[in-house]
Amino acid sequence: MIRYALRRLAGIVPTLFAIVTAAFFLMRLAPGGPFDEEQAVPPEISANLQAAYGLDQPVHLQYVRYLEGLLQGDLGPSFRMKDYRVTELIAAGLPVTLAIGATALALAVFAGVPLGLLAARRHNRWLDHAVMGVALVGIAVPNFVVAPLLALAFGVWLGWLPAAGWEAGRPEYLVLPAITLALPFIAYVARLTRGSLLEVLQSAYIRTARAKGLSSAAILRRHALKPTLLPVVSFLGPAAAALLTGSLVVEQVFGLPGVGRYFVQGAINRDYTLVMGMVVFYAALILLLNLAVDLLYGWLDPRIRHE
Amino acid sequence: MSERGRGLWGDASRRLRRNRAAVASLAVLGLLVIASLVAPALSRFALDEVDWSLATLASPPSFANGHWFGTDSNGRDLFVRVWAGTQVSLLVALLATAVSLVIGVAWGATAGYLGGRVDDWMMRFVDVLYALPYMFFVIILTVAFGRSLFLIFLAIGAVGWLTMARIVRGQALALRRQPFVDAAITLGLPARRIIARHIVPNVAGTVIVYATLTVPQVILFESFLSFLGLGVQEPLTSLGRLVAEGAAEMESAPWQLLAPSAVLATILLCLNFLGDGLRDALDPRQRP
Repeated sequence: MIRYALRRLAGIVPTLFAIVTAAFFLMRLAPGGPFDEEQAVPPEISANLQAAYGLDQPVHLQYVRYLEGLLQGDLGPSFRMKDYRVTELIAAGLPVTLAIGATALALAVFAGVPLGLLAARRHNRWLDHAVMGVALVGIAVPNFVVAPLLALAFGVWLGWLPAAGWEAGRPEYLVLPAITLALPFIAYVARLTRGSLLEVLQSAYIRTARAKGLSSAAILRRHALKPTLLPVVSFLGPAAAALLTGSLVVEQVFGLPGVGRYFVQGAINRDYTLVMGMVVFYAALILLLNLAVDLLYGWLDPRIRHE
Repeated sequence: MSERGRGLWGDASRRLRRNRAAVASLAVLGLLVIASLVAPALSRFALDEVDWSLATLASPPSFANGHWFGTDSNGRDLFVRVWAGTQVSLLVALLATAVSLVIGVAWGATAGYLGGRVDDWMMRFVDVLYALPYMFFVIILTVAFGRSLFLIFLAIGAVGWLTMARIVRGQALALRRQPFVDAAITLGLPARRIIARHIVPNVAGTVIVYATLTVPQVILFESFLSFLGLGVQEPLTSLGRLVAEGAAEMESAPWQLLAPSAVLATILLCLNFLGDGLRDALDPRQRP
């Protein structure tokens, strides 16, 4: 098990390298550069800017320099936010994004799984249809509609929670963004859990458990729960990566200083290093989480053995 | 073909017709398509016509002045804009899904059928693209190549094919061990022909199901791009764009959010129900 984990961990390095390379050259292939302005800038100034950030060198040299920095844990200077290193920007926004993302992830698991189990236990009765109907709405309504609606309802009309803003350590600022972010994930997890439990309940070993007289609660707890969670766990890997890298919409509507906006802002501004930093962060997260998923598989289903 | 047995498709359409939610969704979708084509002609306003006769530019829905859904903040008729936006959203969704379908099926079927080292490299390529954030690609593509409608669906489709490729490849891997494929090989058919005539038709069921579930994802993604201001451009509009504009005015002019949101949510719900129905009809064992 440990050897398997270590081998997989070593396998992450070349994949990450391929991703960094692909992202680096894709970014450079796109026309336009970080210092293109609306107004014409005197050629000397733009030449100086290009030289200051090393953009006047051939692309392959820039790439080698970027890799050298990366190996030392330096993601380079931001091209658009002057005087900031990308590492600093990400480090400043990450606590906010992680706090909200982790809360949303917890909500997705601890609300989604029980709802799915409940729906499956009441299969084809009104509670099942109600839960699945609400889940579809949760998937179908875009978060830039949900976010302002929640802010308006709970922030402005009811006044229970702050409509926007962030004060570190004050949990009330966390509630609405986390709920907005979590809603579609709760819905997906509930649907997956329901479908999976319905299938597991058809298996022979559940029939055996029932035949020896176990109560349905005991069957669920002791026999059905773990295999039911298999597809949920494999969904949660990439889902966790998406939640933990933040959401532009949620951060924008609730005025949060997280890292979610960097992706979009960076791509639009051609802030090469900022986007690259986020890509490296996201890709590393997704690769690690996929490894975690595979390791969890072995625990949930003893038939899956890693050697 | 003198004897007509109950084939996969006959069985599937029978099961689909028994699924009331799926049939109702199909009917509603049909009505929405017709409405989006016909409705703009029913109003006496044009898509980008500003109604200067209004007291305020953003006026609520009213039968008296002919603005059945009200007007947007520029005084343009929302009824016309919502249905025109529906046309664009559906068009983008269908074309983007078609692009991702063609690339995904071709890639997945080839990798799965050929197997071995070719399969390894083709799927590793998919894995690398998978770990790159989806959003990053589309934004780079749209920022780089301008924001024409054509490029939006091309960009969304060009990144949406990854999941399709994985699904198809898995099926093709199983199919290539089937006797009818051996028979085709024995007959001396070239690989290209076997993939096109024997592998692809056999993955059609899965592909159709996944495609109906891709359409709502594309519509949502297009609306996200519109929210960022990277979606379709004036004077064209899309449901996502209208929702994004409405969300900004929801306190002062709630009808601007409600009308397009209702249509968008209806389309997405219907497509989801239809997709679920198709999945159950074509593959009754595999449920989400």
